[in-house]
Amino acid sequence: MKKLLVLSTALGGFALPALAQEVTVMGWGGAYANSQIEAYFKPFTEKTGIKVNSIDSDNPAIPVKAQVDAGNVTVDVAVLEIADAVRLCDEGQLVQIDGADLPDGADGTKAMDDFLPGTVTECMVAADIFATIIGYDTTKFPEGAGPTTIADFFDTEKFPGKRGVRKNPKVTLEMALMADGVPAAEVYAVLETPEGVDRAFAKLDTIKKDAVFWDAGAQPPQLLADGEVVMTMAYNGRIFNAAHGENKPFDIVWDGQVYEWEGFAIPKGAPNEAGALELIKYATSSEVSAKAASYISYGPPRKSAAAFVGNIDGTDKPMLPNLPTAPQNLGNALASSQDFWVDRDTELGERYNAWLVSN
Amino acid sequence: MAETTMDSTAAGLTTADGRPLKVALAAAQSRAKRRAFLLVLPLLLFIVITFALPIGQMLQRSLYHDGFSKASPALGAWFAANPAGTEPDEAAYAALASDLLLMKENRLAGEAGTRINYSMPGTRSLITSAARGADDLQPPYREALLAQDRKWGEPLLWVAMREAASPWTTDFYLSGIDMQRSADGGIERVAEVNRVYIWLYVRTFLLSAVITGICLLLAFPIAHMLATLPMAKANLLMILVLLPFWTSLLVRTTSWIVLLQGQGVINSLLVSMGVIDDSGRLALIYNQTGTIIVMVHILLPFMVLPLYSVMRVIPPSYARAARSLGATSWTTFRRIYLPQTLPGIGAGVLLVFILAVGYYITPALVGGADGQLFSNQIQFHMTKSNWSQAAALAAMLLAGVLLLYWLYDRLIGIDKLKLG
Repeated sequence: MKKLLVLSTALGGFALPALAQEVTVMGWGGAYANSQIEAYFKPFTEKTGIKVNSIDSDNPAIPVKAQVDAGNVTVDVAVLEIADAVRLCDEGQLVQIDGADLPDGADGTKAMDDFLPGTVTECMVAADIFATIIGYDTTKFPEGAGPTTIADFFDTEKFPGKRGVRKNPKVTLEMALMADGVPAAEVYAVLETPEGVDRAFAKLDTIKKDAVFWDAGAQPPQLLADGEVVMTMAYNGRIFNAAHGENKPFDIVWDGQVYEWEGFAIPKGAPNEAGALELIKYATSSEVSAKAASYISYGPPRKSAAAFVGNIDGTDKPMLPNLPTAPQNLGNALASSQDFWVDRDTELGERYNAWLVSN
Repeated sequence: MAETTMDSTAAGLTTADGRPLKVALAAAQSRAKRRAFLLVLPLLLFIVITFALPIGQMLQRSLYHDGFSKASPALGAWFAANPAGTEPDEAAYAALASDLLLMKENRLAGEAGTRINYSMPGTRSLITSAARGADDLQPPYREALLAQDRKWGEPLLWVAMREAASPWTTDFYLSGIDMQRSADGGIERVAEVNRVYIWLYVRTFLLSAVITGICLLLAFPIAHMLATLPMAKANLLMILVLLPFWTSLLVRTTSWIVLLQGQGVINSLLVSMGVIDDSGRLALIYNQTGTIIVMVHILLPFMVLPLYSVMRVIPPSYARAARSLGATSWTTFRRIYLPQTLPGIGAGVLLVFILAVGYYITPALVGGADGQLFSNQIQFHMTKSNWSQAAALAAMLLAGVLLLYWLYDRLIGIDKLKLG
């Protein structure tokens, strides 16, 4: 027994200083993880001397839940989608983060007024905002006469051609209502009612015979490139990458965009909770959070960060017009409602699937 | 009569050391049996651990969800004491309030709300937000909760909570057959716009039957040709059958997309040949047609291989004998050749059909709106973390396949199956 105690003390003593110097972040890999490494983690290590290990996962929510359940947590910070963060938080698997601890905006605004509404939740601080938008092939329309509003997506007379539609009611129903003339601010109030749901499906009926349905985020740019559709719902980052990285003639209709966010959370029992919180505070400060936008077209969730968004990495073109959070793109924009979808996703999902297979 | 004599003589015999022969024999045999059992033990364990246990767990999950029941001991007691249909009184609301407090303290509200939300959409946030404010609830609880949200008084919610207060439930199977509990505690069909499962279930089996039929029609001549050609040529052709079989499923599916899509190879060829005009391109993909074409191609080897292995060993002399005795070629095929290929047909049909019923990725990629199969619904619930619903749907699919297997055994006989 005594031996065991000595051994564990020795091991503990060995491990502790090492932990204090390290923070392990579990992210999504790919270009997204790369933007976070370049913009947040490397400068953080330079500034504080705390090393950041970035590891990849298909969806960090799944390993994080398994680790917390098993009581063997190795991750200090997890990059989560808002839906997963809310769920894990409700199940008590994440550390609560007090929004008042977050750094104030560069212009002195209090943090909680600076973050866009809903982007700081009980357990998660948003890192970036992405949007579902309408992407279209500019070569399929006469010069300067492409679609400009969400209603145009549903107008197959004025803009003939196939449409790419997400095989999921989330965002699709919201866009249908906005195209039917519901102001963004009232979309969820309308969708709460059975008549509102009927109205959204009736609007979708008008393009059903012209619709090509997609499942994965990689499909819409491919459908556009193949000429299979002329317009499609898509994630803004995918269309941006195809347009800027691969020089495809794609453009984005920002009117009627539905944006969501993802961000940082700390799993319960994280080995270096203090370090994790330090990193989150650093990465979500106005100036730093704007830096990631040079590498990927996801916007910072703070109002004061817009001024710090620079050029697209390796070019002299400004990134701001490509972000969902740019003021000119927020004209008619809707923040996806987490509260609505946790309640209704099964019900509306079943109805959407029933609608898909009916004629 | 002969047996009894033998038995009575055997009982009288003893071994050299005086033990009865019967006992010594049994001891020697049981040793051999034990050894034999030890040999199959690894496989048995493997099957139990990787097959029987997961399926058992899946079946259990389809009937078991303790998200709400573990968070609601007080309500559970109230439901046990009061029969279904009792109007919830102040005691019921007090039990609810104490459970909400428990949920807040142990952070169980999320899971509990999720469980109720399955039975009654729109209630997850009702429960999580009530649990958040559970500290401030003061008696009388009925008024306090109703003031928070009118939904707390809805009979349907109490029916849902009563069902969920026990971890064992048939709710997931009910929703799997497009049914739900009604406010009076009975069972009713869901609204017409929400009915999806039964129709999709039937269609999955129909589509699988069509795919199996087309596979058989296509595979039979190929297998026959392979079986009758000289070995060298047959092997070369066999590689052509096997090559796609060895190619990744996703690669094959996406190559079909390239071929079949509106601007794809086939449509462009037809347009350039003037068969169809540019505006009338055929919709060959992202619909039911696409699902059938691609799945037939992917499943074809599973039909060719068993057919080939059976046809290979059918002596050609039988058919020649039939012809020389005056049978027409059709009669020879029908009465002599076809019956001998039945074990291969049975195996191929069973294999292709069972694989088709559970197919998921191909319909997801090329099925569009109306080419979806039942398994796509299972996947939908998996991604929503509603494992119990996914398990119930999977169990329904399994039951359908087992039923067909049983029918097959009754009508044709499973011992006639020849897989290769």
